[in-house]
Amino acid sequence: MNYFLTEEQTMIRDLAAQIAREKIAPIAAELDESGEFPWDVVKAMGMADLYRVFIPTEYEGLGGGCFEMVLAVEELSRACGGISLSYAASALGTIPIILFGTEEQKKKYLPPLASGEILAAFGLTEPNAGSDAAGIKTTARADGDSYVINGTKQWITNGGEASIYTVIALTDPHRGVRGSSAILVEKGTPGFEFGKKENKMGIRASATRELVFQDCRVPKSNILGKEGMGFLVAMRTLDQSRPGVAAQAVGIAQGALDKAIEYSRERQQFGKSISSFQGIQFILADMATQVEAARALTYAAARSIDAGEKDVSRASAMAKVFASDTAMKVTTDAVQVFGGYGYMKEYPVEKMMRDAKITQIYEGTNQIQREVIALNLIKESVRGARNAAATK
Amino acid sequence: MKVIVCIKQVPDTTNVRINPETNTLVREGVQSIINPFDVYALEEGVRLKEKHGGTVTVMTMGPPQAESALRDALALGADNAYLVSDRALAGADTLATAYALACAIRKLGGADVILMGRQAIDGDTGQVGPGVAENLGISHVTDIRKIEEITDSRIIVERLLEDGYARLATRLPVVLTVVKEINIPRLPSLKGKLAAKKAQVPVLKAGDIDAEVERLGLNGSPTQVMRIFTPTRPSGGKKFTGDAAATVGALLSELTAAGISIRKSKK
Repeated sequence: MNYFLTEEQTMIRDLAAQIAREKIAPIAAELDESGEFPWDVVKAMGMADLYRVFIPTEYEGLGGGCFEMVLAVEELSRACGGISLSYAASALGTIPIILFGTEEQKKKYLPPLASGEILAAFGLTEPNAGSDAAGIKTTARADGDSYVINGTKQWITNGGEASIYTVIALTDPHRGVRGSSAILVEKGTPGFEFGKKENKMGIRASATRELVFQDCRVPKSNILGKEGMGFLVAMRTLDQSRPGVAAQAVGIAQGALDKAIEYSRERQQFGKSISSFQGIQFILADMATQVEAARALTYAAARSIDAGEKDVSRASAMAKVFASDTAMKVTTDAVQVFGGYGYMKEYPVEKMMRDAKITQIYEGTNQIQREVIALNLIKESVRGARNAAATK
Repeated sequence: MKVIVCIKQVPDTTNVRINPETNTLVREGVQSIINPFDVYALEEGVRLKEKHGGTVTVMTMGPPQAESALRDALALGADNAYLVSDRALAGADTLATAYALACAIRKLGGADVILMGRQAIDGDTGQVGPGVAENLGISHVTDIRKIEEITDSRIIVERLLEDGYARLATRLPVVLTVVKEINIPRLPSLKGKLAAKKAQVPVLKAGDIDAEVERLGLNGSPTQVMRIFTPTRPSGGKKFTGDAAATVGALLSELTAAGISIRKSKK
């Protein structure tokens, strides 16, 4: 389908596809097994300027936005949803700096993030604060010119590998979420350690770790935005990053579809290739249709964000829900097309099915996303009714 | 250090089809790429520049559409590019191609190191590199797997052999053709691609390179292609099974009967 990409966007897509083909695909199965962090690929992506695409030109980026990030994530994820996450999670960690950073913070962190020399990460989730993000317990107590951070963040992607972390902590615990703030913490700051590396079902080449803060002292100038804005920083960041998760899901689904088509042509049963059976054809046709619909919604959400649309929560949540549910369904169907071989680790689709599952869970479960969409619909309806009453 | 890398645009396929009527490659529907061996040569040139300073100029002789291969080369780190293109150059074999490239290189003021891939994947001759060196009257080394040392006047290289390698020293300027063991080429960068899109690619015509017209193109090409065809695969064959001594004996007597003489090894 033609999505009317500019020449530059086509370049980004093609280059990401080349990296996926030449650098990611050959090592995807091995890293899924070992769980090793893909630094070689990160280096290659950096040299290819891929981290620059969503960073403003003033800070050594190429000045693109969410859509350019989405194009890259999709192509990378087609080869491996775990390796591509090292890229997508760094984008998630970079977005709050782009949106809320001071000139000084941007000048310090964005150029090395743009070159891929360092990675970023984002720390919101805690052991007892997942969907209920307002339940965070990590504190950042003001002390002179510093904040002193205490608490534990859980399941942080790029944890231990990233150099710069945006951490949401309570600067005024009495005020709940209104007392939260977003604070930049550099790796290596005394009192900032990493917990165990999680042993995950899928996306195993990504690093998922705890961030442990024990009297970790950072200068007050590390705050993003103002005190009390932490939750706003987090929500605005996630609104912009969710199309990235959607793109990861689209990429994983497309990768599974590619493999299913290829295999159905090769696999012979009853004296012919299984692609000649209508039962298989219908599965493939549905898979392709769903992937294309997910892609279209994801691109539309990303483009709305880049167009400066004021409220992007709904579009962004819709893209994330639909694309991730599609990825789960399509990868499961791909395993079905492969039959018994699909269940075996020697073939690539069982990994894709495992990788797909997380996209329904992280950056807000799909149930939370549906709540966002529904509340948005109801609010809009109430507003419409009020306006109609006022003009009568 | 001045480096010139000569590249060739080739069809991106290992499944070459030939038009039996015209004896030429079928290019429709096949994307064109830089000859893969030339990408290694370009990477080595860019690495020489990164280490010793200087410039990397990339050059190709071909039809106007070969410009896209030059832009790809610019995205991979070349500083500037020249397209040697003229109707008078069409139909050139390796002799005429080497002559035209040598003229163009001389016109650009020569180079310290001229790099090429060991051969092009479409023609597979491997003759143009040495041909350019002969035309320029400089030395050449083929099948380079490593540049060990390079100074203003001297270069030490490792040349890949069938069962090892030779370490050679020679004077500059030199033509080197490289094998794929020499490096791992980098991927293009987005910045490089954007710059390459905007770059000027000057075209050198036959009249621009101080060449003798009769040595160019079809006129300067002693090679005439009579016919290109896909050879038929021999089928059948005979399998000898059983005890080694007996089967070798049976094979030898069959070969002798067929008039093929077997000489005993002197060892």
